[in-house]
Amino acid sequence: MSADKIYMDSAATTRVDHEVMKAMQPYFSEDFGNMASLHSRGREAEHAVEKARRDITKKVNGKDHRLIFTSGGTESNNFVLKGLAFAKKDKGHIITTKIEHDCILSTAKWLEKRGFDVTYLPVDREGFVDPAELEGAIRKDTIVASVIHANNEIGTIEPVRELGKVAHEHDVLFHTDACQSFTKVPIDLKKDNIDLMTINSHKIYGPKGVGGLFVRQGVKLEPLLHGGGQEYGFRSGTVNVSGIAGFAKAVDIMKDKHVSHMEKLRDMLIDGALKIDASWLNGSRKQRLCNNAHFSFSHIEGESLIIHLDLKGIAASTGSACSSKSLEPSHVLTAIGLKPEEAHGSIRFSLGKESTKEEIERTLESLSDAVETLRKISPFKR
Amino acid sequence: MSMNYSKKVMEHFKNPKNMGEMKDADGVGKVGNPVCGDVMHIYIKVGKKDGKEIIEDIKFQTFGCVSAIAVTSMTTLLAKGKTLEESLKIKRDDVASALDGLPPIKMHCSNLASEALEAAINDYMKKTKKKGN
Ligand SMILES: Cc1ncc(COP(=O)(O)O)c(C=O)c1O
Repeated sequence: MSADKIYMDSAATTRVDHEVMKAMQPYFSEDFGNMASLHSRGREAEHAVEKARRDITKKVNGKDHRLIFTSGGTESNNFVLKGLAFAKKDKGHIITTKIEHDCILSTAKWLEKRGFDVTYLPVDREGFVDPAELEGAIRKDTIVASVIHANNEIGTIEPVRELGKVAHEHDVLFHTDACQSFTKVPIDLKKDNIDLMTINSHKIYGPKGVGGLFVRQGVKLEPLLHGGGQEYGFRSGTVNVSGIAGFAKAVDIMKDKHVSHMEKLRDMLIDGALKIDASWLNGSRKQRLCNNAHFSFSHIEGESLIIHLDLKGIAASTGSACSSKSLEPSHVLTAIGLKPEEAHGSIRFSLGKESTKEEIERTLESLSDAVETLRKISPFKR
Repeated sequence: MSMNYSKKVMEHFKNPKNMGEMKDADGVGKVGNPVCGDVMHIYIKVGKKDGKEIIEDIKFQTFGCVSAIAVTSMTTLLAKGKTLEESLKIKRDDVASALDGLPPIKMHCSNLASEALEAAINDYMKKTKKKGN
């Protein structure tokens, strides 16, 4: 049975690739040194970390940027907003959007309580932020505009280059959270007008608890963690050498062929699922993450759908209220204008590089069975 | 967030009892709101046994999560064959414990199911010009 399990939740996390494990291995028991030490064990560790920093930075043309390693996307996003806010003064204005990951939204709300102003930009039906809206929100005291690169729920890829351009025209720093898109969407920090960018490792077959923040040279940030002054003084703490080596390997092995493979299967899944009566795709059909397919089905509820699929060995996820602690529908689905009852019947499939055509076929079959079963139980008429 | 559902809950979710619409129901109870993610319809057919009115047949339809479906299914099972009076006494804790418990955040679902049952009985009473409680 477990051999038949289908994993369609790669946007949540991925398994650690074999090659990544191999790359991490030496730093546990052989080259275990502290990169801050002067002896040769320390040098080996430092060498590994600096190579990782260079390789990952090269991937996004970060000539003017420094990559600060962190414990993941959540830390990087906390760091960038709090770090910029506190480097400025005790007040100022931050612009972000209504469809950010919770670690941006909660940080922004926390800063609001401490005297900062925050504007949450709306999005359109497909989840796009309009550069004109961003321009309209900019104030004299705006510190940073932070827009998610590709949304983790509905997969919409934002027009970051245009958004960054608008921010720069008004001397506002531009940050993007690229946890979902890094290595899946081409990124050029310079051309895309990105001053700061959040990335992490566990969405791309690297270990959990590792991430980074790209910071353009000269940008001032207060550190979150004070101590031994590691990571250019931006982030104290003994550096996670094995995790970083694994992260770099994960970045290295993600290739264009994986992206086009996922894209093909994603389209097959979308075309198949939309044949189901009273269903629709959320997000954009064109500007969409290669591995994301997000649907709504009328008259049924998402958690029930997820569990039906789970019983058939298929792992997916939902933004339905009933699956959340708050019992409120996902803020992203609300922001794109879904009514609560529409948001309830939503499901996200996120593919991985190892997904197969057979898996998509089986998923489609089980999906249409599950939807039919639940509609039979539902009091709503089709 | 993953939910820890009991085996009983999963059994009722997979194979709901008394599922479907009843065209010639004597009483219908509709509760919930699609906005909140739960809507339950309960249909009853009332018969007589030893001079007392009993729920002779009962059916349900539910839009909602795993626990919403399981609690309506269990509620119909508990009510079937009981007198109207007894059925009105079925409360959320009875349903939840018959299902070997529900995650705390889902307890409101079982409330809703007993409300739907009560609404169906009241609807029958009203139609037959008797007073509900
Ligand atoms: C868009 C986005 N930002 C941030 C995060 C948080 O990253 P991490 O789990 O590494 O803390 C995630 C995923 O969890 C994400 O999808």
